[in-house]
This record gives sequence, C-alpha cells and structure tokens, in this order.
Amino acid sequence: MEIHYLTAHELKDRLKKREISCREIVESIYSRIEEVEDKLNSYIRLEKEHALSRAGEIDKLINSRAIEVADFTGIPIAIKDNICTKNITTTCASRILENYIPIYNASVIDRLESRNYILVGKANMDEFAMGSSNENSYFGPVRNPWDTERVPGGSSGGPTVSVAAGEAICSLGSDTGGSIRQPASLCGVVGFKPTYGRVSRYGLVAFASSLDQIGPLTRDVEDCAAMLNVICGHDENDSTSINAPVPDFKSFLAEDMKGMKIGVIKELMSGGIDPEVKEAVQRTIKMAGDAGGKVEEVSIPSLEYALDVYYIIAPSEASSNLSRFDGVRYGYRNMKAKTLREMYQRTRAEGFGEEVKRRIMIGTYCLSAGYYDAYYEKAQRVRTLIINDFKKVFDRFDVLLSPTSPTTAFKIGERIEDPLTMYMSDICTIPVNLAGLPAVSITAGLSEGRLPIGLQIIGNILREDNVLKAASCLEKAIGFADKPEI
Amino acid sequence: METENRNDPEKNENKPEENKFDLAESKYEPVIGLEAHVELCTRTKMFCGCKLSFGEDKNIYTCPVCLGHPGSLPVTNRKAVQYATKIALTLNCKIKDYTIFHRKNYFYPDMPKNYQISQYDLPLGVNGHLDVEMGDYTRRVGITRVHMEEDTGKLLHTGTTGRISESEASIVDFNRAGTPLIEIVTEPDIRSPEEAREYMIALRNIILFLDVSDCSMEEGSLRCDANVSVRKKDSEKIGTKTEIKNLNSFKFLQKGLEYEVERQIKLLEAGGKVIQQTRHYDSKTSTTKVLRSKEEAHDYRYFPEPDLVPIYMEGKMVEDIKKTIPELPSAKAKRFEKQYNLSSYDSNFLANVRDLADYFEKCCSCYDNAKNIANWLMGDFSALLNKEKMAIKESRVTPENLCRMLEIIDEGKINSKMAKSVLDAGWGILKTQLKYKAIARSVVFEEVNEKYTTQICSGCGEISGNSPKGRAGLGIREWICCECGAIHDRDINAAKNILALGHERLAVGISVL
Repeated sequence: MEIHYLTAHELKDRLKKREISCREIVESIYSRIEEVEDKLNSYIRLEKEHALSRAGEIDKLINSRAIEVADFTGIPIAIKDNICTKNITTTCASRILENYIPIYNASVIDRLESRNYILVGKANMDEFAMGSSNENSYFGPVRNPWDTERVPGGSSGGPTVSVAAGEAICSLGSDTGGSIRQPASLCGVVGFKPTYGRVSRYGLVAFASSLDQIGPLTRDVEDCAAMLNVICGHDENDSTSINAPVPDFKSFLAEDMKGMKIGVIKELMSGGIDPEVKEAVQRTIKMAGDAGGKVEEVSIPSLEYALDVYYIIAPSEASSNLSRFDGVRYGYRNMKAKTLREMYQRTRAEGFGEEVKRRIMIGTYCLSAGYYDAYYEKAQRVRTLIINDFKKVFDRFDVLLSPTSPTTAFKIGERIEDPLTMYMSDICTIPVNLAGLPAVSITAGLSEGRLPIGLQIIGNILREDNVLKAASCLEKAIGFADKPEI
Repeated sequence: METENRNDPEKNENKPEENKFDLAESKYEPVIGLEAHVELCTRTKMFCGCKLSFGEDKNIYTCPVCLGHPGSLPVTNRKAVQYATKIALTLNCKIKDYTIFHRKNYFYPDMPKNYQISQYDLPLGVNGHLDVEMGDYTRRVGITRVHMEEDTGKLLHTGTTGRISESEASIVDFNRAGTPLIEIVTEPDIRSPEEAREYMIALRNIILFLDVSDCSMEEGSLRCDANVSVRKKDSEKIGTKTEIKNLNSFKFLQKGLEYEVERQIKLLEAGGKVIQQTRHYDSKTSTTKVLRSKEEAHDYRYFPEPDLVPIYMEGKMVEDIKKTIPELPSAKAKRFEKQYNLSSYDSNFLANVRDLADYFEKCCSCYDNAKNIANWLMGDFSALLNKEKMAIKESRVTPENLCRMLEIIDEGKINSKMAKSVLDAGWGILKTQLKYKAIARSVVFEEVNEKYTTQICSGCGEISGNSPKGRAGLGIREWICCECGAIHDRDINAAKNILALGHERLAVGISVL
C-alpha cells in the first residue's frame, strides 16, 4: 500500500527498523496533498516547509539514537483549525480570526510535541465548529473523498477527509454534538470522542464549553487507542479536566467480546434512520453476538428531547463564548466605524458567517431575562434526566450501539437552506455529548452507492476501555479496507 | 470661588448657608444600601497565574487567560477563595455549602472576554451584618451577600484631559484585568449619609485587620456604589431608588449621598417623582448626574460559568479559615481596656486601626506605662503623622525610639515639651540639615545601613556574645566584648561602627586615592 495510506503504528514499525525515514513519509503526504487537495479542500493552511525541516531534524535524532521512536514520532498529523498552535494561524474557519496567530499552544499540542509529531497543516472545518456538513467554512466547503459532490460531514470535515484521503496519517478534531463521529461515519474512518474532561480543552477555541471535547480521527482502532494515550490526562489549566488515572488504552484492543453486555438503543434504530444504514448496523450487531457479546435492545425514552436540549444549551454557551470576538484586541476589525458600538456591530456582522450568527441569536435569546427559565434552565433539567437515564442503562450494559449518522453523506447544498433538517444529522451523536460519555464511530461497511456507513459504540463515563474493546473486535469482524477513489 | 468653598467642609461649617437643607427636620428619611468592591492582595490574579501589579508599565502582567484569548480557560485562585471566606466570616455571613461562578455578559472594551466571571444566585456568603458605632447609637447594617469576581482592565483616553469625549483614541491596559475582587452588598439599612460613611470606614478597618486587601479608596482597591431612595419617616415602603457611581472617597460618598437625598426629597416635595436611574457623582460640582435610565439598563444574561467547577465549602475548610482570622477591632478594644487599664474611648481609638494597635502593643512590650504611651500616640504623635501625611508604618520613629524617649522624660533628662520638639524636628529634618551643612563645607555625607552596628564590637568586628541585642538589650549601657575584651559604651561603639561603614563606602567611591 502507498505510504500515505499506512497507519501510524505501521509507520512506527518501519521507522524503528529504519525501513523508512520521516522525510519520506512527509514527502509522500505532501505529494498526495498536491494530487487531491484541489478537489477536497481539507486544509486552511499547510505547513510544508516547517514539516519537512522538522522531519529532517527528527530523522537525525532517530539516527543518532537521541530519541526512541515512540507512537506518533515523525508522524504527519492534521490539526483542526480551532486548536491553538503557537505562531501558526488558528482561524476557526472564520473571517473574524482569518489572521489570528495564537501566542500559546493548546495542551494537546504540547503533548503531541513531546512525541515529536509533525504538523501537516491546519484542517478546514465548519466556522467555529458549527455545522454538520462543513459547508459553513469561510474558506469554502470540504468535499467527501468517496463522492466529491457530497459533504464530508462536520464540523471536523477537514481533519476527517485528510485522514480518509491520505493527506495525513491521523488528525485531531473536536466534538460538541458529533463533530468527530459524524464525519468519521460519512468518510469511513475511526473517530473517537472521549469522556468529557478526559482531554484538556485548554487551547481549544470554545464553542459550547460543557459539551466540547477533543478527540482523534484515525485509520484504525489501534491508532485511535495510541492517540488517546497521548492526549488524555489531567491538565491543571482546565478546571473541568478529570483527575483520574489514565490506563494504557492500547491494552484494551481485543479479539473477542466474551461476556460483554451490549445494548442496542431502540430510539436510534427507528424513525428517520435510512434503511441501508439500519441494515448495515444490524449486520454488525449480529457480529457482536457472534463474537461472544450478549446483545439486547434497550429503550431510553428521554433521548426524544436530546436535540431540543442541545440546540438551547450549545447556542447559549456559544453566544457568550463568541462575544470576545469584538475587534478590540485581535482578529478582524471594521476600520470605518465611527463609534464603539458601530465598531462592535460591523465587526461582528462582517466577521461571522450566517450559521454562527444564527446560533448567537438563538443563544442570546435563550439567556435573556424572562426567557432563561423557560429555555436554558429547563434544558439543563432535561439534560440531567438524560444523564440519569444513561446512568441507569449502564448499570445493565457495558456498551451501547447505534448508527452514528441517520444517513450516508448527502449532497453539497442539499440541506444548507434548511437548518432543522441539517440539525437532524446529529440526532444519534448529540445525546452522548449531553451525557459526557465516550463514544467512537467505526465503519460498518459501504452502501450500494459506495458511501461509508458508521456504527457508534458508546461507553459509560471513563469507560473508554469497553468502547475500545468492542470497537477493535468489531473492526476485525467487519474487515473494512476499502479506500475512496478520488 | 463658590465651588471652592463647597469643597472645603471647614469653611462651610464656619459660614452656614442661608437655606441649607437639614435632614433631621425633614419629613423624609433616606434609605441607603451600599455595594462595596474590595480588591484582594493575593499574589496572583483570580483565574490565572499573572502577578497583580500597581502603577507599572501597561499590559505586562497579562497572559492568554486574562487577555481573553481564544481557547484559554480560567482556574480559580484558592487563596482568593480563602481571603473572600475570611471577609465573609468576619462580616458574620453564613458560608454556603457550595458556591458557583456565573458569567455576567456585556460588551465593554475593558473586559477581555466581554463577560465577567462573577457570582449570582449562589454567592460565597449570605445573611451577615456589621455593627457601625455612631457615637450615641449603633447601627446594625445587614450584609445581603459577599461574592467573588474578577476586576476589569483600565481604559486610558488619550489627550490632555483624559476624558473620553475629548480624546482621539482610547488604550486598554489589562494589568488589572482578572484581579480578585470581592463585592459586599448591604441591606437597605443605612439611614443617613453619615452612617454610610461610617459603615465604609468600619468595613475598611475590619478588612485591613484581615490583611487581605490594601483597601485604598485612592488607588481603587476599595470602591463603592450606593443605592438611595427616600421615604416619609412613618412609612415602611421603600421608594424608587437611584444608583450612584463614582463615590471614590469617604468624603465623596457622604457628599454625593447628601446631594442625592436632598435632590430626591425636594423633587418629591415639589410633587415630582423619582425616576429609577444610574447617576454619576461629579466631585467638582458635588452633584450627581444621570448616567443611564432603567430602560437602558443591561440584560446581563447571567448563566453558570461552564468552564469552572463548583467550589464545595467543606466544614473543616471553613473552620481552618476561621482560625486564621486575627483579633478584630471590637475584641481588641475590649482586651486593651482590661489588659492595659485604658478608657473605653482610648481602647477603641487604638484598636480600630491595625497598624496603630500593633505599634501600641510593641511600645507596651518595652515600656510599662501604657496610659502614657496611649496619650502620646493619640495626641502629639498622631498629630505629627497627620501633619506629615504619613502612615504610622512609614514613620522612622520606631516603637523602641518612642519608648526610649519616654524613658528619658521619666528620667528627667528632658521635659515633655522638649520631647515634642525632638519628635517634631524628627529624624528626617536632622538628616536634611546635616546633609546640607556637610555639602556646604565639602564634607562627604554618606547614609549607611545601621543594622547590627550596636551588636558588632568596633574593636574586633565580631557580633559579640554579650553585646546589647533587641529590645531586651535596650537597658545595657556599658558592655565588655567577650571576643577581645574591649570595654564599650553602647552608643559610642555604634557610632564607631557607623563611621567605619561610611569609610568603607567612601573607599569604593574614591579608589584612586
């Protein structure tokens, strides 16, 4: 297989045996980018020069035995453009941050740097991570490598496509309502959202603080586990980061699921789920049973309200989080305004895109005096109900299964005029964020039109181990190895 | 000229105005509540590791967090929570089992995030009180809440006047942004501008005792807004209030309230209505002016800060903080009365200000006539400090110096009149005179650090085992060095050492010789 389609652990083995150099890996990634990037638009900014010189340095370090080849040493990784990289623009795919250069690294970047990773570039996304199709980028939409007329999903469209199309070995995305798992599902890669608080959010530009979580997008579950090993762990710069021991996630990769109790969420297997998606998911459920798992259907009635709750809480938090983008200290500023108020208004009117403005409006409304109780407060109460329902279910089950997305990739432009239909794309993933649970999307297979279908595996709080066990076992059973033709 | 007169209370008292408003004779009484802001003197800011700063270069104590950079997150300063708890406990507040932060959203350039992390419906402390001594009565002022928040940056307007309306541009200095701030809100229990002033003074004194803030109204580490309404004296109903801002000294607080109370009463007596609004106190004219009306009031869209976790105030933690609260003015005054056999007035005078109380007790430890010390401290010494506009901490007359002087008076070597003039002339003047005369006569004048000059033997240079040390050694006049056997007069020995130190300095300065 071409170098650019290998996994990080395969490359690590070759680096260790000196069968390949970092420079070769990086060069093969950039030649692939030259080949397909025009069609895909995965990146907002490429760091080719820096990456090549870094690769040379790392090769020297490896050859002189100054460093050991660890997981992700010398591996080209794409970083979603809402994760702060010191001295390298971090735009959140927004005009308002078009030229913003962070003065510090996100905690996850520091962790990757300690492994001597190589930054390929800053990956495209929906503006401020708001969207399910990656059509809301100031830098243009990202396209699905399986069918460039279709969306890759969102908001981590760029990080996902770069991995799916061989423009990076793996990547980091962020997931507020499904933004890692839904595009992973639509593009046929592995996308993991860890337990809320497992990964430091320090340096992740906030969309909805109580829901945001950084996670990996990889080619297989093994790389995913290895990446979790690097990025998980307590960070004193993030008060919401959990101070719990971090296990070796790679130790949970398993051959079978003997004795595992598996629940299939009834509410997410009916209604608006595409029959082809449902069928593929049912096939994998059968495989789970064959691998020794005890499968049972389970009902979580409160999930009915998840979407409504999400679209109150997330915009409310966003309306406050995004108020710092005002043109005073950094980012875009309208220079023609005569008064302070006018400067604020014109800067924000011109700096933000339509979807971002829509959500700021919704959130501002939900938090306003006289509406707070009816919207935000009530949504928080229902959120507690959903959390409690999941708690009860996890007394009986180790993992829960569902489709990741109700449909396969849809056409660019198909839903952009209809926000409510667009919001439905995240119906299976949103409840997981509301409850702060860990979950992964792996590929269950291809549809007849050769579009990937994703399976979601959800675990209890801090039980990434169970999720990885089920994911690695089902990944082998499914045996998905197809690559898109671009 | 008239405005000048108005600003000078002494002149006003001597020249009563013809139709001066007399609150006591009015049918109305004021109902006042105060909101005080206290900047804590922690080492670092409320939610990041930046140092607190005073009057230094702009924007040097900043980081991604206090500049509100994208992706940065706050982390609560534990020390600030402890300090705030100390204040709340001292004000007799109930400490909540758990407390959370809220975001207060509004746009202003001095706020890096365009929201302030503050507290809302679950503040740190509630339901406290502070008793304010008014001479012939005590006013118990209820404390509604004590909560924690972060301070904003400072706007600096260019141009000569520093006013926003006359400036070309405004600059923001974020050094202050994120400084821990405590808000203390009272019940509407205050019934006169004098009471308001006395409450603030009492609050300042009590917080100074806790050593958690400088409480300087001049420097803005203690600030105050007032809510004022008036009502008929026999009425229970509270009238429409106005909020007064910019009351940045004890004097302005009282004068601003006096003006506002009079304005409201006259308005009502003329058949008018008070409109709910925020007003700005103008110290130049001693009046208040409309800043904004209720309709223009902000909707702050408070909601729980999702970037921070709740703080659980466990019983033991609160108990431990309680133990760190020092003796407070009222308890100290009672003790002074008993321990030093002072009058109630003297005890209160000395106990109310921490530095004075400490100074007094230091004196008492090396001189046994407490009453004599009290007289000097409250009389001539205080007058002198006032004259020099000097805090007792800054005075170069140490408690030991003062005690030594009182001893000399007792020994009859000088009379108290002479002593006063010695104090008055003071060390500073002696120094200035000496320097002036020395320069005029081409004599080298050098200041040296007098540390250890009494303890070191001028003969052998050792800190001798039996040289006079500390307060206990003050009584030793003559001593013999146990290292070399030299016999010394204490002061002559010290003088020799000081001279030697001066020569050493000189040697470095004129090495060519």
